[in-house]
Amino acid sequence: MSLLKSILGTAVNTDAAEHLGKPTRRVDGPAKVTGAAKYAAEFNVPNLAYGVIVSSGVARGTITSINAAEIEAIPGVLKVLTHENAPKTAWLDRSHRDQISSKGGSPFRPLYQAELQYSAQPVALVVGETFEIARFAASLVRVEYDEKPHETDLHANQAAAHPPTDNSGGYTPAPKPRGDAESAFEKAAFRVEAEYSQPSEFHNPMESYASTCVYGEDGKLTIYQKTQGVQNCQAYVCSVFGLSKKDVQVISPYVGGGFGSGLRPTYELYLAVMAATALKHSVRVSMTRQQMFSFSHRPEAVQQIKLAANGDGLLDSVTHHAFEETSRKEEFLETVVNWSGLLYTCPNVSLVHQLVNLDVASPESMRAPGAATGIFAFESAIDELAYQAKTDPLEFRRKNYAEKDQNLDKPFSSKELRACYDQASERFGWQGRPLEPRSLRKGSDLIGWGVSTGCWEAMQQKAEVKAVLTADGKLTVSSATSDIGTGTYTVMTMIAAEFSGVAMENVSFELGDSSLVYSPVEGGSWTVASVGSAVKSVCEELRAKLFKLAGKMDGRPLGGAELADVTFVNGEVRVTKDPVKSVTYAEVLEAAGLDKLELDTTEQPQLIKRATHGCYSHSAVFAEVSVDEDLGTIHVTRVVSAIAGGRILNPMAARSQILGAIVWGISMAMAEEGLMDHGLGRCMNHSYAEYHVPVNADIHDIEVIFVPEHDEIVNALGAKGMGEIGIVGVASAVANAVWHATGKRVRSLPITLDKLL
Amino acid sequence: MNLATANASPPATQFVTLTINGQQRHLEVAPWTTLLDLLREYLDLTGTKKGCDHGQCGACTVLLDSKRVNSCLVLAVAKDGSQVTTIEGLAAPGSELHPMQQAFVDCDAFQCGYCTPGQICSAVGMIREGHAETADDIRELMSGNLCRCGAYPNIVAAIEKAMDATRARLSV
Repeated sequence: MSLLKSILGTAVNTDAAEHLGKPTRRVDGPAKVTGAAKYAAEFNVPNLAYGVIVSSGVARGTITSINAAEIEAIPGVLKVLTHENAPKTAWLDRSHRDQISSKGGSPFRPLYQAELQYSAQPVALVVGETFEIARFAASLVRVEYDEKPHETDLHANQAAAHPPTDNSGGYTPAPKPRGDAESAFEKAAFRVEAEYSQPSEFHNPMESYASTCVYGEDGKLTIYQKTQGVQNCQAYVCSVFGLSKKDVQVISPYVGGGFGSGLRPTYELYLAVMAATALKHSVRVSMTRQQMFSFSHRPEAVQQIKLAANGDGLLDSVTHHAFEETSRKEEFLETVVNWSGLLYTCPNVSLVHQLVNLDVASPESMRAPGAATGIFAFESAIDELAYQAKTDPLEFRRKNYAEKDQNLDKPFSSKELRACYDQASERFGWQGRPLEPRSLRKGSDLIGWGVSTGCWEAMQQKAEVKAVLTADGKLTVSSATSDIGTGTYTVMTMIAAEFSGVAMENVSFELGDSSLVYSPVEGGSWTVASVGSAVKSVCEELRAKLFKLAGKMDGRPLGGAELADVTFVNGEVRVTKDPVKSVTYAEVLEAAGLDKLELDTTEQPQLIKRATHGCYSHSAVFAEVSVDEDLGTIHVTRVVSAIAGGRILNPMAARSQILGAIVWGISMAMAEEGLMDHGLGRCMNHSYAEYHVPVNADIHDIEVIFVPEHDEIVNALGAKGMGEIGIVGVASAVANAVWHATGKRVRSLPITLDKLL
Repeated sequence: MNLATANASPPATQFVTLTINGQQRHLEVAPWTTLLDLLREYLDLTGTKKGCDHGQCGACTVLLDSKRVNSCLVLAVAKDGSQVTTIEGLAAPGSELHPMQQAFVDCDAFQCGYCTPGQICSAVGMIREGHAETADDIRELMSGNLCRCGAYPNIVAAIEKAMDATRARLSV
């Protein structure tokens, strides 16, 4: 901080921020680059046993035998847990549900019964003295099955689709139809009717799910767990195993990626707790990479879309019908079709979201759940319609710009999408793009340019934060949230420093421990909005309290100044216009005879303000592809994405979030595909070698633009969240660019070269 | 009883000497223990990560006799007498970060951090190989290290930034 600035002081408001809005390196960076950051499977405790999971080989049927006794005879094997000997857990489904699961479903229970629910579900846990022994013994487990026919094919079972009957957090049911989409379609000048499909996708964070369950002498459990929600796991373990919260602590300081896969408690946690309590022994259970394909995933989807525009190129009819897979026992719900009634002005809209129950694991939210899926299809169709109307696809989008949320019939809290179109298109060099496909070439390669709009909801949840200022002037702020790579540690430290006036280096933020105060799971891009707003509140309370205490000090160091006349900066309260009058926080505490000042605040969503508005982030994505005409190989050579995501608190981490999400979008467009063998009912490509994600050489120029938005409605910080918006619209921009390059419209993801031949 | 399980018993351990991060270690290891598991489960050097255990992701990359290898594909007993450098040994304890580590922090070349030790060890090994000149070379030669967070552009920037300083350090 400059001397001038420190003398003048900085009013803590959004216009003149000390920390917020400045690119800030991660506070946890040094720990991550030196190997000091410890992940769930890295807490080594004495006398640790290892559990290795055996996965089922069939999708449906009944287990008739497992050679558990033979396996237990192997030296070094401590226990083989199967459905035959697993200790009883809670009886009711209700007890197995967590914060995220659908309200009325029956969550999967490992080792609960002989009957199977899906292929690769856990059927045994082999616990050994060493990892190697457990792995070896697990390889010798033989399971016999009485197989029954299964259904895993969404396309073949589409006739069995039904509307959702359940609900879950984060899901917004499709809005009621408006106007008459069908008759408007029939009489329109330009029409598109097409079906889009995408396969199931697997999150595959680099760190596999792992649980190190430490069994204390008193029977208390300390669980080092890979998760996006420590308190969700704690509540689940207590509910399933009938334990008291004081006896179960879940700790997760570092998470090697989540992307939604760790919103719900994962089955290795259940198995680790079961083994630890049964053996009265500390146990670590890690999933293999193959087993990372055996639980949550982005559901496979088929989407039927009908769009029509009138002779002026104005959108007149939208019909979007999505079919998604779910498991037999739970309805996984994500918001897929609503975006199609929201993105553009349209008087006649009909949106339907249906589910097909299959013999698969329950899907789970995966980065921008629902929006990534629905907007890929819708924005591809919009591109097709723009071409029908012989209108530039960007111009078409501008022309049909939505000035209000028509689904809710409410104004937007803020929406700088027009500026996103302007800035990104200019940066990309869109002007002069030929309308016709196969118009651009570079050497022997076909070049194509595509555009898409993206959207995500700006949500906020209840969250609690605790702040402790100690006599040495250091501030510790904490909440049981998570940092899955999003930069939570850093941004919360920045917010706390900003609003407390304590210098960054004297602030620490603690998370990832169920014993901390309440936080929702980290997901939905709501962490900054929820926990960050609570950090702001508690720090403002802290300031007020310090000011009050300073006013009572002998010698009146602030000379009777009012709260509005002082500045809180660098661990001091100063009279703004007379900074010689100042007192340090440490002096305030000492004068008050306090060794610490402790405050706790719960921040509720700004429900009243939000109720009257639609709250979303938006993006404009431009992509360039280069296609080898002979071989069909496709490279995404450039992406420019402009984001209107409210206030950007840490532009460095925010940019990284968007960069990473664009890589995800390219991956969705070009690579990711869970290949089901419907004969076996099983994912065939369950490894990093066969389930393709981009490597470094696949990723070329990516540029991120943040378009400023001032929004006092979404939350106290005006931030809309960064985790999801970056992926939305990328796959459609790429698909649209592939069409522009080749004239071939690929409507099924991923766009592999065989689909261009 | 099944033939396989009837004969199943853990193999006898063997002695192996490895110099890990400059420290000579005399170790008693089962022949089926990988270098990766030895580091993580027996020596508490958990900076080296397990991402796939099949040599497909590069998270477990260490420098073995100065060459970058996937430690999940190396049996510890097969490397008697070798030198191993892990992420923990790249910079001397308590000293400044290695230029590559610092560049990763400065360029925000990671998010979750799980692939990061492997990326950094791989980058140092790649520079020693001497074939990386351009950003495209880096992209190609670093393609054995997956990053699911998608930090690739920043990883390339970090490596470019640290290339000269790392070369200078390697030539000492």
